Amino acid sequence: MTAPRLYGLLAEFATADELIAAARRVHDAGYVRVEAYTPFDVDGLAEALGFRHDSVAFFTFCGALVGGLGGYFMQWYAAAIDYPIDVAGRPFNSWPMFMPVTFELAVLGGAIAAVLAMLLASGLPRLRHPIADAPDFELATRNRFFLCLRSDEAGFDRDAAERLLDELKPMRRAEVLR
Amino acid sequence: MAAPPISRDIGVLHAGWGYASIGDKIADIVLTRPAHWGWRAAFVGTALATAIFLAAMAYLFIRGIGIWGVNIPVAWGFAIANCVWWIGIGHAGTFISAILLLLRQRWRTSINRFAEAMTLFAAGMAGLFPVLHLGRPWFLYWIAPYPNRMDLWPQWRSPLVWDFFAIGTYIVVSFLFWYMGLLPDLATLRDRAASRWKKIVFGLGALGWTGEARDWKRHRSAYLLIAGLATPLVVSVHSVVSLDFAIGNTPGYHSTIFPPYFVAGALFSGFAMVLTLAIPLRRVFRLYDFITEVHLDHAAKVMLATGTLLAYGYLAEIFTAFYSGDRFEIAMTVDRWVGAYAPVYWSMMFCNVVCPQILWFRKARRSAVLLFFLSLVVNLGMWMERVTIVVQSLHRDFMPSAWGIYIPTVWDWIFLIGSICCFAWLFLLFIRVLPSISISEMRALARESVEEKR
Amino acid sequence: MPEVTPISPSLATAAQRRFWRGLDELEGAAPREVPQDVVTFEPPRLARRAFLGVMAASAALAAGGCSRAPLETIVPYRNGPAQDGYGKPVFYASALERDGYAIGVLVETNMGRPTKIEGNPLHPASLGATDIFTQAAVLELWDPDRSTASLRNGAVDTWPRFVTELRERVIAAPDGDGIALLTETVTSPTLHDQIRTFLEGHPRARWHQYQPVNRDNVYDGSRLALGEAVEPVYRFGDAAVIVALDADIVGALPGAVRHARDIAVARRGATRPTIHAAEGSPSLTGALADRRLVIRTGEIAMLADALAAQIGGGESSAAQVGGAAGGAAQGGGAASGAPQVGGAASGVATAALGADARAWLDRVAADLAAHRGRAIVVAGDRQPAGVHARVHAINRALGNDALVATREPVAFDAGNQGDSLRALASDMRAGRVTTLVMLGGNPVYASPRDLDFGGALRKLPWSAHLALHADETSAASTWHVAAAHALESWGDARAFDGTVAIRQPAIAPLYDGHSAHEVVSVLVDGNPRPGHAIVRDFWQRRHPAGFDAFWDASLRDGIVRESAATSRASVLPAPSSAKRSAAPAVAASSALAAVPTAATTSAPPAAIATQATAAPSATTAAPAVRPASDPSSATGAIVVELVLAPDPTLGDGRHANNAWLQELPKPLTTLTWCNAAWISPRFAAAHELANEDIVELRTASATVRAPVWIMPGHADDAVTLHLGHGRTRAGRVGNGVGVDAWPLFDSATRAIVPGVALAKVDGRERLAAAQTHHRMEGRDLVRLVSREEAARCAGSGCTPAREREPTESLYPPFKYDGHRWGMSIDLDACNGCAACTIACQAENNIPVVGRDEVLRGREMHWIRIDRYYEGAPSAPRTLFQPVPCMQCEHAPCEEVCPVEASVHDTEGLNVQVYNRCVGTRFCSNNCPYKVRRFNFLQWVDRETESLKGQRNPNVTVRQRGVMEKCSYCLQRIARARQHAQTTGEPIADGDVVTACQAVCPTRAIRFGDLQDAQSDVVRARTSPRHYALLGELNTRPRTTYLARIAAKTEPKS
Repeated sequence: MTAPRLYGLLAEFATADELIAAARRVHDAGYVRVEAYTPFDVDGLAEALGFRHDSVAFFTFCGALVGGLGGYFMQWYAAAIDYPIDVAGRPFNSWPMFMPVTFELAVLGGAIAAVLAMLLASGLPRLRHPIADAPDFELATRNRFFLCLRSDEAGFDRDAAERLLDELKPMRRAEVLR
Repeated sequence: MAAPPISRDIGVLHAGWGYASIGDKIADIVLTRPAHWGWRAAFVGTALATAIFLAAMAYLFIRGIGIWGVNIPVAWGFAIANCVWWIGIGHAGTFISAILLLLRQRWRTSINRFAEAMTLFAAGMAGLFPVLHLGRPWFLYWIAPYPNRMDLWPQWRSPLVWDFFAIGTYIVVSFLFWYMGLLPDLATLRDRAASRWKKIVFGLGALGWTGEARDWKRHRSAYLLIAGLATPLVVSVHSVVSLDFAIGNTPGYHSTIFPPYFVAGALFSGFAMVLTLAIPLRRVFRLYDFITEVHLDHAAKVMLATGTLLAYGYLAEIFTAFYSGDRFEIAMTVDRWVGAYAPVYWSMMFCNVVCPQILWFRKARRSAVLLFFLSLVVNLGMWMERVTIVVQSLHRDFMPSAWGIYIPTVWDWIFLIGSICCFAWLFLLFIRVLPSISISEMRALARESVEEKR
Repeated sequence: MPEVTPISPSLATAAQRRFWRGLDELEGAAPREVPQDVVTFEPPRLARRAFLGVMAASAALAAGGCSRAPLETIVPYRNGPAQDGYGKPVFYASALERDGYAIGVLVETNMGRPTKIEGNPLHPASLGATDIFTQAAVLELWDPDRSTASLRNGAVDTWPRFVTELRERVIAAPDGDGIALLTETVTSPTLHDQIRTFLEGHPRARWHQYQPVNRDNVYDGSRLALGEAVEPVYRFGDAAVIVALDADIVGALPGAVRHARDIAVARRGATRPTIHAAEGSPSLTGALADRRLVIRTGEIAMLADALAAQIGGGESSAAQVGGAAGGAAQGGGAASGAPQVGGAASGVATAALGADARAWLDRVAADLAAHRGRAIVVAGDRQPAGVHARVHAINRALGNDALVATREPVAFDAGNQGDSLRALASDMRAGRVTTLVMLGGNPVYASPRDLDFGGALRKLPWSAHLALHADETSAASTWHVAAAHALESWGDARAFDGTVAIRQPAIAPLYDGHSAHEVVSVLVDGNPRPGHAIVRDFWQRRHPAGFDAFWDASLRDGIVRESAATSRASVLPAPSSAKRSAAPAVAASSALAAVPTAATTSAPPAAIATQATAAPSATTAAPAVRPASDPSSATGAIVVELVLAPDPTLGDGRHANNAWLQELPKPLTTLTWCNAAWISPRFAAAHELANEDIVELRTASATVRAPVWIMPGHADDAVTLHLGHGRTRAGRVGNGVGVDAWPLFDSATRAIVPGVALAKVDGRERLAAAQTHHRMEGRDLVRLVSREEAARCAGSGCTPAREREPTESLYPPFKYDGHRWGMSIDLDACNGCAACTIACQAENNIPVVGRDEVLRGREMHWIRIDRYYEGAPSAPRTLFQPVPCMQCEHAPCEEVCPVEASVHDTEGLNVQVYNRCVGTRFCSNNCPYKVRRFNFLQWVDRETESLKGQRNPNVTVRQRGVMEKCSYCLQRIARARQHAQTTGEPIADGDVVTACQAVCPTRAIRFGDLQDAQSDVVRARTSPRHYALLGELNTRPRTTYLARIAAKTEPKS
């Protein structure tokens, strides 16, 4: 049997502020594939890890655009090209009457795009994550804050990493196996 | 090594709460707390009523809508009034989550979750009635946007088609919004649940959420973006619903003030319903520290504001009728005052315009009992407003020879009460299986409370 | 001004086309069309023969009776274009009777099923139009409650067994002793000939006639005035002044349909006749009148006296009038009756009248004096004979003979039917009747109850009743013999002017039904003969020479040529396209002139005695009903005058099981499924009565409770209650609907009952009124133009009625290269008869919904007759407005339909696509005219087989949950289009005639192509009276109106 490979080293903290400080330290120390786990959205944590901007907004914009244009095109095609009928003496392409549907579909497209972008970019949905097996980690959704240095970091040196984490004085340090 | 923070009293959150205790308090309502006898009784009662509601639907589909009191000229009765009423109620949730979020209102935090659930259920009820009221509901799919029977598309100029898209979009977006907020909390429940199957169920629901910082960031952007989209959506939905009437040429329908005035009315009734639900909730589950007088106060203030807007709407309608000099508009307005449905109109005025005035007093705004009953009164009033608009306008329009009267039958009432019970049943279910307050956001709030007091 | 043309052109051309073809055929000329015609109508003709063979055979087998199917040929009517081949309707000329008087019809059959009745343009009583009863006849034919077999003491039995029994009874009494025959008014020459033969063979047999709605007063009155019973035939078309004394000229009088047409034509003409009406209970004629006097029905007698006194001013003329009447009366052998009827009572009468009555009198007298020889005074049938005698005298004094032709009665052996029935009843009670054969009628229900005919009937050893339904009379008889419907059997009948029409069946009997002719043939010689043979043989005897041509023409045209002649007076000339139809001649009718046998004549002296006393009694009764001199008003009981009138839609009750007629909103009240006691608004206020309150009406002999309906324009201290309701054995539809008023009908007081005690009792009964609001609320719906304005604007371009119609629009108008159908409705012609409503119902498979649903406001009629009141409730002006779908160019209904169920078609029709409708009902909400109708429940009876037979195969039967509305009779447009496509000749103006347009007696409705500048409808639109209903809403309706011309003498409200 092959021994389970190391996923990363996990440090547990009691408060968000400690975690943010720790995150800054390891980031300054040159770690880029650091992961921080918190029970709620801690302001500035991602930035501390060097995660500046996400792509959700862009996808949302595209979704809204597709929804809106597609919506209008559908109405125009249906009413003016595919099956034109004289309805109440109105012109086939009565664009003012097509606005509400166009708008609603724009919103719908945007919202769906936003959610999909967020999920997919975060790798969700996900059935299993190695870190879930780490000791104490169920507290990550309760009141503990975790920092994980991943072993697949370029030039990862376990000893150096352990030393670095200990300097941060975590409540405890554990290893996460893959 | 610093100790984890303990919250201080900032009004919308009382002192003494830490990350763990907040989570446990809210999660245990779902996971461990034994069902309150009151809850059991209410649950069984509403479940039975819901069964009756479903049976009534079956009968409706078999016999046809003739079992209601609708006729010519009053071809729309309670069904449409109920629909408009419910969709109005459904507005508060998204308003709270989206608009207050953008406005950085902290008091939204502890009420947005169940308000959104309320929105979903109310929107569901609203979506139900247009289907029930169709003469041939089995052809509902003809409104779907594709060349269906005989290659015909929907008729895009019809406000009913706009409704289909508006309400549909609203339900979808509200659900996404609600579910996104739920993700971290489902993870919390997953990790806290004792039994295996609970772990599995909540685990699947949580989609494998771990709370990684980058996920949190994306989560926040998506959440804010949807809030940004939902804000105009909220306004548009009831505007579109109001166009069902405003597009028509019937006196009492044909009015340009309808969109804003419907939206105001929607929020008015929505916040009333939020209070109707929040006050028992905090009492039964002892959530006084999370849902505080401040929340009640703010909600009451919103009601006062929207109620005043509504009153202006009533006033403007009357003024326009006489200012326009339109014979038909004037006749319709006078009929509202003295006609067959005058009692409904005046009680509506009492409920929606007179009663809320008490909210000018701070004491009233902070008295849970008073607010609870006021919220019931307001919702009654709003329902009567929908009935007045739908029924009274139709029963005397252009041709006196065609004037008629609409008298609701027992079936009209069964469908109204049935929908209310079904709504209550769904909500009772919700508070037992899902966290009715956002855990993660409350934790963030607790942290804030500590920091700002430093 | 276009609408002054004597007849609306589109129909003129249509009628002429049909007419000339028919005439060419008749005169044996060989026009182009003939070969084509032969080709075009042979196949259906053969089909008919084959079909009838099969039907008759099956019927015969079912009856287990006669040996082989009779071969009977019926001849289609030549109905213009689209009548070639299968799948298209075939029309047969025939005749239907209303109270015995024939109206010529064309029966539309689809694949052998009679589905619709049209008027026969050639028939003088129709000229292409019909009344409501005629329209409903087709439903009567398919009525599932019709008796399908004969009954003996309630048990199913057979026709042959009945024949045997009857034969035996006749043989048992060779001289006819103890045999009595009871018929309704007989205007059938054939039937009369049969009966006469029977009576000659059996001299001691008795023939009695009784029709609940009869003309006893008319005939007795003429006996008083002229010494013999005559039938007055009026030429309203040529009259300058028309005075109706409680006479519903356009609604109830025999020939009402024709009268309505004549008057409408005259009103369109340059010299518009002035109509004066005096009546106690409002009628269509009263609503039409320029000046209407509200006076108690019982006081009309005084009014007539006073009028006679004023004609020519003072006693001299009165004496002369009296002389006229008296001299005649001597001839009649009733000098005793004459003086009262003469001028004596005049002075008294005038004094007794109210101020408004005297004002009206002065005006009328002046008008009459100014138009001597060009005026017509008419008394209503329910007015006592004295009044009729008086009116005869007045007309004579004014020299109106040219306009009031008199001919020998249309009814054969016109005795006093009331006396005839009384005589029969006493005979029955005295045991002088052992065998009673009743042909039609329902005397047990519809007869004076003091006669207790039912009781007498039950005591008889043997009685037989021939009827469509096993009704009250059948239940009291030994035999109920299932009758064949008028559309199933052969016969003939005379119209109000004497014109004879052969009644040919449009279908073989559905059940084991037999006609009166067949029953009488058993009486005559003991063996039944088929109706076809009887009728044919009779006419062959009349026209031995060239009979086949005569017979063929008579069947094809629906009238017997040269039959309208009278013994004495000029006959009615037709002002319209059908001029030739009633051409005068002598031969036939002199042959037809009945020679009354002693046995059949009910004693005239008795009759005159009653009538002569009746007139003064009415006069003297009048003061007694004034509340001032009413002692018992303090005791809660109020003394009123009660008028018992046949129901506007059910007649004497014979139509009670006809759902169409039950649900047809009654003209003036719009009530359905009920009758109510009409009272005046003032009376209601004085005695705190409201609509739907219950009052108890008590006469010496009977007490009846009825709900109250406050009737504007009704006379004070008087009540009108309609007969024909409260049937117990009418059928599933008619049983127990409304209140049976017959118990109040006494053979002495009859229709006008003085001194009836009225008391309010507890409880209310909801009355299903189709229209619940009767004021226009100052809205611009029915427009009025004064006669002067209209005349002034005829020449100049000024437009009093037309508003500036909105022309500006954000949207470019749609271009229609084909037709643009449109309709125009002339409110000045419409008299509110409601024929259009029921014709539309028959044509378009419109379901009935029943009383409860009408109460919920769910009636389904596609064209409704709106009725508004204007002015003082005591004497209001009544306005009618037919409202079908307006077929808007900018249809509000279409814009809001989510599924394109309501759209414009290529000809710009606002069509409703039933199978696309999902039933949101938004369209109805958005329709300002509220003309859309919704199937809230499954209205259409999908189970009952016989009802399916009636339905128009070219019109979709709507499902529950579907919206429906007027389609301009799309199926008829389609038929014309298909014909145009097959023949290649384009659709001409008048080729498409909607159901409502075809049936309209006054031609108020015109329909045609708006693209065609010459079309009748376009010319109507150029009228200064033209306007669009609610045009300010910018719906651009295609159905538009012509304002009503209101005499400026009336007060504007």
